[in-house]
Amino acid sequence: MTAALTRRELLRNSLLSGAGLFIAFHVPRKAMAVPAPAGKQFPDPNAFVRVAPDDSVTVLLAHSEMGQGIWTSLAMMVAEELDCDWSKMRVEHAPAAPVYAHPAFGMQMTGGSTTSWSEFDRYRTVGAMAREMLVRAAAAQWKTNPGKLRTENGYVFHGKQKLSYGQLAVAAQAQTPPRSVKLKDKKHWKILGKPTRRLDSPEKITGKAQFGMDVQFPGLRTALVARSPVFGGKVKSFDGSKAKAVKGVEQVVQVPTGVAVVANNFWSAKVGRDALAIDWDLGPGASFDSAAALRSYREQAKTNGTVAAQKGNADAAMGKAAKRVLAEYDVPYLAHATMEPLNCAVKIENGRCEIWTGTQFQTVDQMSAAKIAGVPQENVSIHTQFLGGGFGRRATPTSDFVSEAVHVAKAAGVPVKTVWTREDDIHGGYYRPMFLHRIEAGLDEKGMPIAWKHTIVGQSILAGTPFEAMMVKKGIDATSVEGVVDSPYLEAVPARLVTLHSPKEPPTVLWWRSVGNTHTAFAMESFIDELARAAGRDPLEYRLALLAKKPRHARALKTAAEKAGWGTKLPPRHAHGLAMHESFGSIIAEVAEVSVDEEETIKVHKVACAVDCGTAVNPLGIEAQMQGAIAFGLAAVLYSELTLKNGQVEQSNFHDYQVLRIPDMPEVSVTILESGAKMGGIGEPGAAPISAAVANAVHVITKQRLRSLPLRLA
Amino acid sequence: MQLNVNGTNREVDAPEDMPLLWVLRDLLGLTGTKFGCGMAQCGACTVHLEGKAVRSCVTPVSAVGNRMVTTIEGLSPDGSHPVQKAWAAVDVVQCGYCQPGQIMSAAALLAENPNPSNEEIDLAMAGNICRCGAYQRIREAVRQAATTRRAER
Repeated sequence: MTAALTRRELLRNSLLSGAGLFIAFHVPRKAMAVPAPAGKQFPDPNAFVRVAPDDSVTVLLAHSEMGQGIWTSLAMMVAEELDCDWSKMRVEHAPAAPVYAHPAFGMQMTGGSTTSWSEFDRYRTVGAMAREMLVRAAAAQWKTNPGKLRTENGYVFHGKQKLSYGQLAVAAQAQTPPRSVKLKDKKHWKILGKPTRRLDSPEKITGKAQFGMDVQFPGLRTALVARSPVFGGKVKSFDGSKAKAVKGVEQVVQVPTGVAVVANNFWSAKVGRDALAIDWDLGPGASFDSAAALRSYREQAKTNGTVAAQKGNADAAMGKAAKRVLAEYDVPYLAHATMEPLNCAVKIENGRCEIWTGTQFQTVDQMSAAKIAGVPQENVSIHTQFLGGGFGRRATPTSDFVSEAVHVAKAAGVPVKTVWTREDDIHGGYYRPMFLHRIEAGLDEKGMPIAWKHTIVGQSILAGTPFEAMMVKKGIDATSVEGVVDSPYLEAVPARLVTLHSPKEPPTVLWWRSVGNTHTAFAMESFIDELARAAGRDPLEYRLALLAKKPRHARALKTAAEKAGWGTKLPPRHAHGLAMHESFGSIIAEVAEVSVDEEETIKVHKVACAVDCGTAVNPLGIEAQMQGAIAFGLAAVLYSELTLKNGQVEQSNFHDYQVLRIPDMPEVSVTILESGAKMGGIGEPGAAPISAAVANAVHVITKQRLRSLPLRLA
Repeated sequence: MQLNVNGTNREVDAPEDMPLLWVLRDLLGLTGTKFGCGMAQCGACTVHLEGKAVRSCVTPVSAVGNRMVTTIEGLSPDGSHPVQKAWAAVDVVQCGYCQPGQIMSAAALLAENPNPSNEEIDLAMAGNICRCGAYQRIREAVRQAATTRRAER
C-alpha cells in the first residue's frame, strides 16, 4: 500500500496523545503488569460521559463495538460509579481524537482483547467524577455540604428531597472536575460482575443498527475495485469502456490497488467491474504455491532458527532422556471472513476528509487517510460505525481498506463508499499465516519432559509494518511465538530451546482472533497429550503434574474436566479431549465431547469451558464470548482452509471456504472462575484451546493423531 | 416496476436482473437486509416473500412480481415480534450483522412449524451463518419464541 506510515509518524502521533506508545495485539506481560489507570492525566469526564436534561446518560466509547460486548461492559463501568438509572444508558462510538487513545497502547484502537482491562480504571473514574460533579451541583442548589448527600438510580438525595441527574445536568457541567475520586469497593458493586443484557440489542434486532455498509447520504456513490489476482501484482493496462456503458456506472478510475468502478449503486458497480478488461503484471507472486511452501517449512524446521527462548542445554538433556517424542503440527492460511464484507465511505471536501467505516484502528487510519488526501491529520474525521465482525481484520497496520477507499474518493472527486464482495474478502489477503511447529521432547523414566526442542516456521505479522521496530525484538515477532515461550507447561521443563524461522511470502498476513495462539495452542496442547500417552498416563493427571506450581491453570483444568465428567463412560465412538491455554491474560480450559461416526465425520457435541479472567465484568457477555470463540475456533478445526496455486487463492466464498453453521454448534457450558488476579481479556482467548481439545478426543476414538488443521481422518 | 414492500406499494426503476437485495438497500433505503455473500450461502439477506424465507441476494427483482415482500423493518413496528422479543431476552446478538437474516429465517420457520424440534431448528437455520458464533443462543431464542408464540394463540 502506498500510505504505509513511518515509525516516526506513529511515534509523533502517539506522543500527541500523551499516553506513550505501546502498540500491538500481543500484550507483553510487562504491559499487563502495569496498572493502566488514568496515569498522569486525569481523564476529562466530559469526553467520556454526557448527562442530559432528559436524564439520559451517554457513554462515549473510545473503542469499537464488533460483537465483543464493550458497548455494554464499558457502560457498566460508568454506571456502577455514577449510580445512574441503567434504563437511561446510551452509548455512542467516540470520534477519532487523541483523548480516546488506548490507555496501554497510546493510539485509538480496539484489539488484543484489551478493552475491558485497560479501561476498567478510566471508565469507572469518569463515572465517579461525573457523580461527584452532580452531587456538588445539588449541594450548591440546596446550599448544603456535598458530604450530606447520597446518590441512587439517577437521583441525588438530601434527606427526603431529591433531584434527578437530568435536572442537575446543566449545573453539573459548570463544576470543576474533581482531582481525585474514590472508586467503590468490589463488595459494593451493584452492576459490575452481574449478568447484564446488551445495550445494543434493540437496534440490532430491528435492523436499525447502522454498520459501515449501511452508510448512505445524498451524493454518495458506490465503488467496487478490481484487484490483482496475485499478491503484489500491478495493473499494466485496462479498458473500462464496457464498464462505463453499464447503466448507473459513472466513472472508472485507476488506484494503486487496481481499477475502481464508481456507480450510483452497488449492482451497477458490480456489473461494471465484471465488464472490465485488465492486463495485469502479476509479478513474482504468481509462482507462489502454499503446498510447496509448507514442504519448505518442514525442511526449514529441521534446523534451528532465531532463538526465541532458551534455558539450560536442551541438546545435552535430550541425550540423557529415557524416551524421545517428535511431532510436527501445521495450520493453513485463514481468512477472517467477517459477516460484513469490508467497506469504507469517504468524502474529501474543503480541505477535510470524512470517513464512515467500521474500523479497529482509528489513529492509524486517520494518519493514512491524511497522507493520501493531503490534509492535516486533525482534518480527518472518522465516524466509527458498528463493525459487522472484526476478529482482527479491521485493524491493518497499512489501513488497507481505508487507504484504498480514500484513493478511490480522491481519484473520483466525489464521495464514494468502496465495498468489497465476499470474493474480494476471501482473496484480499491479511490472512492468519500458515505455520508449522516441529517439537521434540526428551522424557525421563516417569515420562516427564526433561528436554524440549521446538522450532516454529511462519510469516511474521509485524515484519514490514511500522510496528516492527517496537514489536519484533532480536528477530522474534512476539505474535509468532506467544503461547509457546510463555507456556506454563514449558516452565516445568528444565532444558528448553525455542527457535523461529520467519519466511517472507507474497500473501499479506494479520492477527486473526487469538493471533499466534491459534497455532501455538494447537501444537502445545496436542503435543502435551502425545507426551501423556507416551508416558502411559492420564492426560489430565499428566498436565496437573506439570502444572504443580500453577494453581490457577490447574484449577481451570480441573473445573472443566469435572464439568465435562472427565473419566465417565461415554457412548461408543465418543470421547473427551482436553486442552488448557493462557492468552491475553486469561486462562481457558476446554473439554470437548467428540464423536467420530462410521463415515469418519467428526462431531463435537459438548464443550465444558472454564475461564479465569481474574475479575468478571459481565458474566453474560463472557459466556457469549466463550461460546462464540469456540465456534470461531471450531470452524478452523473442522473446515476452513485457504490454499494458493500459481499465486492465486483457490477458494472464493462460503461454499468452498466453509465456516461453522448451526448444526455443528456444540452445547457449550461456561464456568467463570473469579481468582481476583489482574483482569485478562475475553474476546479472543476462548478460540485457542478448542483445536487441540478436539484433536485429542479424535485420537482416543480413532487412534489417529491428527497434526494438521483442519482435521481430516485418513 | 411496482413492488409491495412491508405493506406499501413502491415504484422502483431497476434493471430486471438486479437482485431484490440491492433494490431494497440502494433504491429503497431499507438497509436492515444485509449483504454477506451474494450467492445464497450465508442468509444475511433473508427476507420474506409471501411469508416464506428467501435469499434476496439471488432473487432478481423481476421475479418478485406482485408478491408481498417483508423485510426486518416490516416484521414488527417496534421489535415486538415474538422472535425479536426472544432474541432480546436471550441476549443473542453479538456484532449483529447477520441477525436480521437470522430473525427472518426464524420467523418464517415458526410461521410454518409452530413447534419445531431441535433438529428442525438446526435444519431451518443452517443457511444462516453467524461468524460471531451466537448459534447456541439462537437455538435457545427460537425455542423460547416458539413457546411464547404458542402461548399467545
